[in-house]
Amino acid sequence: MLGLSTAYLTLIVLIPIAAVVATSLEGGLSAFWEQVTAPAAVAALKLTFVASLIVVAVNAVTGTLIAWVLVRDDFRGKSAVNAIIDLPFALPTIVAGLTLLAVYGPQSPLGVDIAYSRAAVVVALLFVTLPFVVRAVQPVLAELDQEMEEAAASLGARPFTTFRRIILPNLLPAMFSGAALSFGKAVGEFGSIVLISGNIPFDTEVASVYIFKNIESDEPETAAAVSVVLLVLSFVVLAVADVLERRSRRHDA
Amino acid sequence: MLVVAAGCGGGDDADASGNASGDSGTVSLVAYSTPREAYEELIPMFEGTDAGGGVEFEQSYAASGEQRRAIEEGLPADFFHASLEPDITALVDAGMVAADWNQNEYEGMLTNSVVVFAVRPGNPENIQTWDDLLREGIEVITPNPFTSGGAQWNIMAAYGAQLEQGKTDEEAIAFLKELFLEHVPVQDKSAREALQTFAGGKGDIMLAYENEAIFAQQAGEELEYVVPAETILIENPAAVVNTGESPQAAQAFLDFLYTPEAQAVFASKGYRPVVDGVETEFDSSGPAGLFTIEDVGGWPDVRTRFFDREGSIFLDIENELGVPTE
Repeated sequence: MLGLSTAYLTLIVLIPIAAVVATSLEGGLSAFWEQVTAPAAVAALKLTFVASLIVVAVNAVTGTLIAWVLVRDDFRGKSAVNAIIDLPFALPTIVAGLTLLAVYGPQSPLGVDIAYSRAAVVVALLFVTLPFVVRAVQPVLAELDQEMEEAAASLGARPFTTFRRIILPNLLPAMFSGAALSFGKAVGEFGSIVLISGNIPFDTEVASVYIFKNIESDEPETAAAVSVVLLVLSFVVLAVADVLERRSRRHDA
Repeated sequence: MLVVAAGCGGGDDADASGNASGDSGTVSLVAYSTPREAYEELIPMFEGTDAGGGVEFEQSYAASGEQRRAIEEGLPADFFHASLEPDITALVDAGMVAADWNQNEYEGMLTNSVVVFAVRPGNPENIQTWDDLLREGIEVITPNPFTSGGAQWNIMAAYGAQLEQGKTDEEAIAFLKELFLEHVPVQDKSAREALQTFAGGKGDIMLAYENEAIFAQQAGEELEYVVPAETILIENPAAVVNTGESPQAAQAFLDFLYTPEAQAVFASKGYRPVVDGVETEFDSSGPAGLFTIEDVGGWPDVRTRFFDREGSIFLDIENELGVPTE
C-alpha cells in the first residue's frame, strides 16, 4: 500500500512539481532571483498572499459559523442549504468570475460595484474557497459530545466560556486544516479572478495572472520561477497550519 | 443486416484508401476564437464540394498564441488560422509549417479587418479621433498586449496612427504611454473578455477589430463603431500544418477558402475579404490613412521593440504603473 501510494504521488504530484522547479532554474540562480524580484512580480505576489490571508481569516470564522448552523440548528430548507455549500466547487471558476462580475460589477442589480478593485479579488477568493472550512468543521461538530457542554453549563459556565473552553479547542484542528486548504486554493486561483480584478499591474494583478502573462509572452522560465515562489510560500503556510493543528490536538488531549 | 453493415464498412475503407486525390480523412482545424461562426458555415459548404466530399473536421478554437503553443507541444493540426503572423512563423521555425506557406497571391493572409473604436449607442462621448481617447476622464478598454494578439494590433494601430498624423516616433510612444497609464482601467487577457468588460458597462470606448464589433452587433450587443481616419489593416494568416493526418485535405480546404463564395461567408461575419470583388454589407473601403504592420516596422521588429518581456516599450509602461505618481 505504501509503495502504491508513493508511486501514485510521484507520478501525479512530485514529477510535475519537479518539472516546474527545473524549468524555473533553466536560466540559473541569478536569473531566477531577477525574475522573482522584478517589481511587478513582487507586487503580484504580495497582493496574492495578503488577499489569501484575509480570505483564510474570514473563512475560519464564517465557515465555522455556517457549519454550526448546519449542525446545531433546525430550519426549513436545511438540506438545500447544505447542498449549496459545495456549489462553488462544481461551478467552473471562469463562470464564477462572470457571475460575480454580473452581480457585483458596473451593472450590478444590487447597486454594489466592486469590480476591478482589490476587494473584487478577495470576494472572488471567498466564493471559491467557501466549502473548505465548512466541510472540515461540520463532521467534527456533529461528532462532538454535547454532554460536555451540558456538564460545563451545569457547573455554571456561561455560553461564551463553554464555547471558548470546550467547543473551540475541539474545532481548532479542523478549522486549521480547512483554512490551510482554502489558502492553498486561494494562492493559485486564476479563473474566477481574471475577469473581475481588472489585472492592472501593481494594483489588481494577482500572481496567477502575472504567471499567465509570462506564459503567453513565451517566458516560461519567469512563469515557473514565480510559480515556485507560490509553491514554497504555500508549503510554509501549510506546514505552519499542520503544526498548529497538531498542537491544538495535543491541547485537546 | 450483418452483410449490409459489413458491406458498408468495406466500402468506406475502399473509399479512404482508393481516393486518388487523397482528399479524405479528418482535418484537424485549429483557429483563434473569432472565425468560429464563419467555419460553422464554411465546413458544410466545403464538404459539399468535389474536393471536400468525405472529409471530416475536428475543430479547436482558442486564443491564437495558446493554439500555436499547443501545436508546438504536440496538438495534431492540419490547418491553422492565426490572428497574427508571428504565430505561423514560429511554427515555420519549428518545422511544422512549410517555409513557403506565404508564397501565394495573398501572401498567406486569409482574412482582413481594421482596428476601430467601439462606442456606446449614439456615441455619447463623440469619439472620432485618436486624440479623443486622451480626453480627460475617457476610459479605454483594450486587452493586455502580453496576453492578447488582438491588443498588439490595437497598440500598433494607435502608434502607427500617430506617425500617420505626422508625429515623431517619440511622440507616438508618448501617446501610448499616456493612453495606458491614464485611460486603460482594465487589462483583460483576451479580446473576447475585453468585449465582455465593455458589454458589462465598463469604459467609454473599446479598441476592437471591425469584425469583432460587427459580430458583437450581430449577437445583439448595443454598440456602434467608428473607423478612425488612420488605422491599421489587420491581416490574419492561415497555413497547412504537418502535424496532423490529412495535410492534403487541409490544402484543398485552404484553396476552397480563397474562393469568392467562401470569402463571402467571412465577409458576412464582418471580415474584410482578401479576394477582390467580394461584396460586403458594411463599408469595407478605406479609411484614407490605412497602413499595414510593415509600415510600422514589420512583426519581428515590432515584437522585440514593443512586446518583449525582457525589455521593451510595453514592459517599461507596465513598470511605470508601479511608480507612485502622486
